[in-house]
Amino acid sequence: MTEQTSLIEQIEEQLEPLVADLEKAQDLTGLYQTKQLALACLENLEFPTSKHEEWKYTPVSALLETGFQIEPETTLSPEKIQENLPDFDDSKANVLVFVNGHFSAENSNIQDTNLEVRHFKDLDFNADIFTNRVGKIASIEQEIFTAVNTAISKNGIYLKIPKNQVIEHPVLLYFLADGSDKSTFIQPRNFIDSESGSQATIIELFSSITDSQTFTNAVTEVRLENNAVLDHYKIQLEGVESSHIGTVHAHQYQDSKFTNTTISLDGNIIRNNLNINLDGENCTAYMNGFYMPFGTTHIDNHTAVDHLQPNSYSNELYKGILGDTGTAVFNGKIFVRQYAQKTNAFQSNKNILLSSEASVNAKPQLEIWADDVKCSHGCTTGALDEDPMFYLRSRGIPELEARKLLLFAFAGDVLERIKVESVRTFIESWIHQKLDNYNE
Amino acid sequence: MLQIKNLHASIEDKKILNGINLNIQAGEVHAIMGPNGSGKSTLAAVLAGREDYEIHEGEVLLDGKNLLELAPEERAGEGLFLAFQYPIEIPGVSNTNFLKTAVNAVRKYREQPELDAVTFLKTMKKKMKLVEIDRALLNRSLNEGFSGGEKKRNEIFQMAMLEPKLAILDETDSGLDIDALRIVANGVNTLKSPENATIVVTHYQRLLDYIVPDFVHVLYKGQIIKSGTKELALELEEKGYDWLKKEVEETTV
Repeated sequence: MTEQTSLIEQIEEQLEPLVADLEKAQDLTGLYQTKQLALACLENLEFPTSKHEEWKYTPVSALLETGFQIEPETTLSPEKIQENLPDFDDSKANVLVFVNGHFSAENSNIQDTNLEVRHFKDLDFNADIFTNRVGKIASIEQEIFTAVNTAISKNGIYLKIPKNQVIEHPVLLYFLADGSDKSTFIQPRNFIDSESGSQATIIELFSSITDSQTFTNAVTEVRLENNAVLDHYKIQLEGVESSHIGTVHAHQYQDSKFTNTTISLDGNIIRNNLNINLDGENCTAYMNGFYMPFGTTHIDNHTAVDHLQPNSYSNELYKGILGDTGTAVFNGKIFVRQYAQKTNAFQSNKNILLSSEASVNAKPQLEIWADDVKCSHGCTTGALDEDPMFYLRSRGIPELEARKLLLFAFAGDVLERIKVESVRTFIESWIHQKLDNYNE
Repeated sequence: MLQIKNLHASIEDKKILNGINLNIQAGEVHAIMGPNGSGKSTLAAVLAGREDYEIHEGEVLLDGKNLLELAPEERAGEGLFLAFQYPIEIPGVSNTNFLKTAVNAVRKYREQPELDAVTFLKTMKKKMKLVEIDRALLNRSLNEGFSGGEKKRNEIFQMAMLEPKLAILDETDSGLDIDALRIVANGVNTLKSPENATIVVTHYQRLLDYIVPDFVHVLYKGQIIKSGTKELALELEEKGYDWLKKEVEETTV
């Protein structure tokens, strides 16, 4: 095959054997049922263009025309894979490494025995997790990229934090995209099942081999039973030739606490969907975000928290520093259902533009049907203030350093929310590096 | 030490300084007084390197170096310090971290070795006494939520840490009660030496009871219209500025 076929054609090609498989299947249950649903949805859904309200500022049509290959195996040896992973201190973590979606056992290491890890490909199609869990939270019906992921992903992972267990070390999932041989389209698929009273930290770290062309379409479903606590991070450091569309969808029950921190530091086109259903009383959800589109990077964060039950709390803080011709989108939806009285929801989005050519489109969207609630939102975008700059410089601090101090101060309240020290140190050194290399 | 020659400056096409001339020797304290809008704060800001002002004419030399060609941080390196009338609150930047960065940046400029953590803390402790500043303030964000008096004391504390050749105190006395004023003045007086000089920009004679000037200059419409000794300040306190304004207007007519 000399002529490269577009991504859409590739997806269609992948779907053909799936259709055949499903036709042959005796019993359309479990995974088959979910995939069949995804197929049906794909027939009804369209890939978004700028005419779609939710995708107005995030162009993906060029990506869909690109000749990506779907999850080709990497040619890298385990040693090479290791060398190409981000420089993150993972000595005190449970490590799982995926390259182009494929699990690399040689590079992985689980320290905590109470963490249950299951790979989709090792399971029977009607395994209990397919019957009851996978595909039950993320919206296959409405989100075409989730439907694509559901239909064609083969290498998903299921993580269970059993009842009342505390996973001592963070679980670190490396997703390395290797497009150095062939442009790659990757479908990471995760299910995190936090049983009641459990506690864990899970970090998803996305990176790519320098300058290789990759496109990641990731879906993570999260389930928190009563009183479960989960601290979840999504860190994006893919290269400028790498695009990423990802959905994290969490469903929380009573007294649970979920924190998602999404940090996007590099990439080509990034679109993150974060959806949280607060389906129990006294739930707590934190949505923390930090993004730095420099160069021509585009970063779009769409978040939605749905207060379905009374007495829950959500707190969202998203901040961005934009440089060059970088662009960002922030869309924050808060739904408070009629039954969800005494809801307390807070949202804040703040941006600093380092260049006059950078831009942000921010849109808070609050839909409140209950009458006894506390909701607030705020949004600011502007250049770095001159007065603090002059103050610092008048004390002898050079311009570049003064700017860095102020930008770190700006990012400070988001970075402070990162509880895992190794993550915070890692992110801070990335930000340092980006600011050191930034020229106005 | 400092020579200002025929300095003209404007902001947004509005001329504020109209030919300032001033000579300051090491060891001297100069007070600059004048009614509101006479250009006192502009002069302080222009000397420190605020970029909003356009300089049309003139020269400012600090020990022979042309300040107007230097960035604000370079001027600080050369030994200029401006105590702000309204110190800026910077949430998220810790006072101590800021000071350490500033002290070492200035030392680097002066080709001195960086202070190690221990020496820095020792120096800080010593200088804290000088302005009676509370240790807790230093662990907080820079000026954030500080009272007026705390902010001004923090300015003098920074001055003590940076050891400038020439300090400009811009309305440091405004909004201070008498106790705070005494503390601030005491700090300034202790830092005085035959090698450094101070410019006190003020509205009120009161501060000059505590920081006694060698010379007093009256600024009006962007020019120094009268210079004298500390007695001039007393005269202004008694008679106000009107008689001087009249004098000027009569001579221009």
